[in-house]
Amino acid sequence: MSEAPTPESSRELPTPAVRNRRWLPRLVWVVPIAAAVIGISLLVRNWENTGPRISISFLNGEGVQVGKTLVKYRDVTVGHVSGVVLSADHQTVLVSADLSKDAASLLKADTQFWVVRPRIGMGSVSGLETLLSGVYIGMKTGASGASARKFVGLESPPPLSHGPRGRELPLHAARAGSLAIGAPVYFRQFQVGRVIDENLLSDGSTRVTVFVEAPYDGFVKPVTRFWSASGVNIRLGADGLIVQTESLAAVLAGGIAFDDGPAEAIPTATGISGEFTLYKSEAEAMAPPDGDPHYVRMRFAQALRGLEAGAPVEFVGVNIGSVVAVDLGYRHRDRSFPVIVTAKLYPRRMGQAYEALAAQGKTESEETLAEFVGTLVNRGLRAQPRSGSLLTGKLYIALDFLPASPPATFDASVRPLELPTVNGAYQELEANIVRMVKKVNDLPLEQIATHLDTDLRDLHGTLNALHNRVLPSAVDTLSALHTTLDSADRTLDVESPLQRSLTETLSETRSTLQAVRELADYLDRHPDALLHGRRPQKMPKSPAAPLSDAKP
Amino acid sequence: MAPLKRSLELGLILCRICGDAVYRSNLGPSRRCPRCHSRIEHRTPFSTEMTLAWLLAGMVLYIPANLLPVMHTSGLLGEADSTILGGIVEFWRAGDWDIALLIFIASVAVPFTKFIAIGLLLFTVRANSQWEQHQRATLYRVVEFIGYWSMLDVIVVALTSALMQFQVLGTAEPRAGIAFFCAVVVVTMLSALSFDARLIWDRHA
Repeated sequence: MSEAPTPESSRELPTPAVRNRRWLPRLVWVVPIAAAVIGISLLVRNWENTGPRISISFLNGEGVQVGKTLVKYRDVTVGHVSGVVLSADHQTVLVSADLSKDAASLLKADTQFWVVRPRIGMGSVSGLETLLSGVYIGMKTGASGASARKFVGLESPPPLSHGPRGRELPLHAARAGSLAIGAPVYFRQFQVGRVIDENLLSDGSTRVTVFVEAPYDGFVKPVTRFWSASGVNIRLGADGLIVQTESLAAVLAGGIAFDDGPAEAIPTATGISGEFTLYKSEAEAMAPPDGDPHYVRMRFAQALRGLEAGAPVEFVGVNIGSVVAVDLGYRHRDRSFPVIVTAKLYPRRMGQAYEALAAQGKTESEETLAEFVGTLVNRGLRAQPRSGSLLTGKLYIALDFLPASPPATFDASVRPLELPTVNGAYQELEANIVRMVKKVNDLPLEQIATHLDTDLRDLHGTLNALHNRVLPSAVDTLSALHTTLDSADRTLDVESPLQRSLTETLSETRSTLQAVRELADYLDRHPDALLHGRRPQKMPKSPAAPLSDAKP
Repeated sequence: MAPLKRSLELGLILCRICGDAVYRSNLGPSRRCPRCHSRIEHRTPFSTEMTLAWLLAGMVLYIPANLLPVMHTSGLLGEADSTILGGIVEFWRAGDWDIALLIFIASVAVPFTKFIAIGLLLFTVRANSQWEQHQRATLYRVVEFIGYWSMLDVIVVALTSALMQFQVLGTAEPRAGIAFFCAVVVVTMLSALSFDARLIWDRHA
């Protein structure tokens, strides 16, 4: 357009010199092209980095913020929350999160998500960093082959988010006791793992999952027995007081211990993947298996206060079972309320006796067993409640041979077997005491008291008379006695005339006695002196001689 | 009023640099202004083409400028990337409608106005239109004038990043988006610059 032809200019300038530089301004197109390339490359990079968008449902969205809350895997950020909405039924919170592309491979069907908040537990404090930074969403990848985009978040973090290598073991227990998640697992007092999960199964029993860390999981064998090491086990046995505990932490938080079962033990888990049984105590864990229980029923015609479900049943002092239920029955015939006790017995606990019976085929079926029990009943087998402890008043059931007991009928066809019973020894004692008390009660105590009262009154009168009449004369007598004693004292004094004359008399008597002795001496040597008199010669002169001469 | 004589009819060419009116016959083969020696053309060559190229570049760059975050703030209460539109929404929600409006005008309204205005000018020139020539001339001057006001956003980010450096307590860093936005502003200004406003008055019968 600038080169609009004008006749004169075209003649003056036939060849314009600028033509060869016309391409230069067109270089400006590099700019939009470069911009487009940069923009497209950004888009491509963004698209490449854009990972999957996932949706996680939580029961509440406490602390989760759009754009701020991060998704972390092993504490590395792999994404962020891009939206928080309520579910259609308003029951859950749907958190959508954009993950980075390399996190896509972590999204398995069983990948777990949870919100990390500060937590203070028995064993540890975790998530403290979230106090300042706000919550984040933790993530643990799963093992499933299938991938997923929708997840149900956990309400509490899994105990082993990215734990060490090891093995998870499911334990089956009737009740979990005081076990807490995170409670230690011990092998010979050495902590080798933790409790990582507890579930209540549909049948009401508990499944406790424990994690045993890597080198130690080799100690878990099919024969391994697990038991609850919670608390302190204090036992007062014949060998003294035994206090047993795994560790102080186990006392507080509970714990599980395991060890090899007895050598002849039957494996409790079918394989290493099978469930183990969690026993209540080490003793129970190490006991040989009980086998199938047999149920028996006993009818007691007395109150059984202190007998509870779980009370032991002992056969000749050996614990062979436990009480299952204590019920009140009613017998129309005599309008009585017997106490019906149901118990389960483990014949295997009878040990060698059971083996001997089994060898004879007595345990083959319920019928043969019932027949055998019948013969025992005929020999005097009776069930009797006995006091296990006078302090607590707890009762147990003793199965014992009491031949003196009244005969009983035994119906071998009744199921469960019904064992004849006798009243408890303690109860008999109690009855005796009651009888004794009754006798004491029957004593004519009032009459005795009346008589005693009268007698006492008489005694009082007698004492009064004594006081009024006897005592004054006694005082007189005593003063007279005093006078007498005084004069006696005077008489016996050294200076008294009596005393002096007595002394003189005594000395004279002594001289006399001396003379008599000399005479006797002389006569002994010269018996003839009696006839001839004294011969003064030849005899050594004795000082007493004149005396002895004088006497005869 | 009689139609004005066109420079071409008078054989005159205006130097856009020094404003000297030169007779075409006086131009040498180098086509330089006798006074300032800058290149001199009757109409800037490839004006519409260059304008279009710059305009397209600006439009393309405007997309990442808005999609990418312009600023990254981190502090005790977490970290966040903010985009231009996100920032506007945040300010609006926080009640600072005046700031929101200012940012909106500077970073959304002005660029769009420029795109539309330059596009309109280009279209009408190419179509050889005689429609509202005076208004189009005014529009071109307005576009030139408002061009640099879009730099407001860039300056906000630059100031914030420079001032907000409290380490743990809070830091702000510029992000790629602001560079793109800056490029948008520059490129659209270049676009407006390369447009030869004299084309508005040209017409080919």
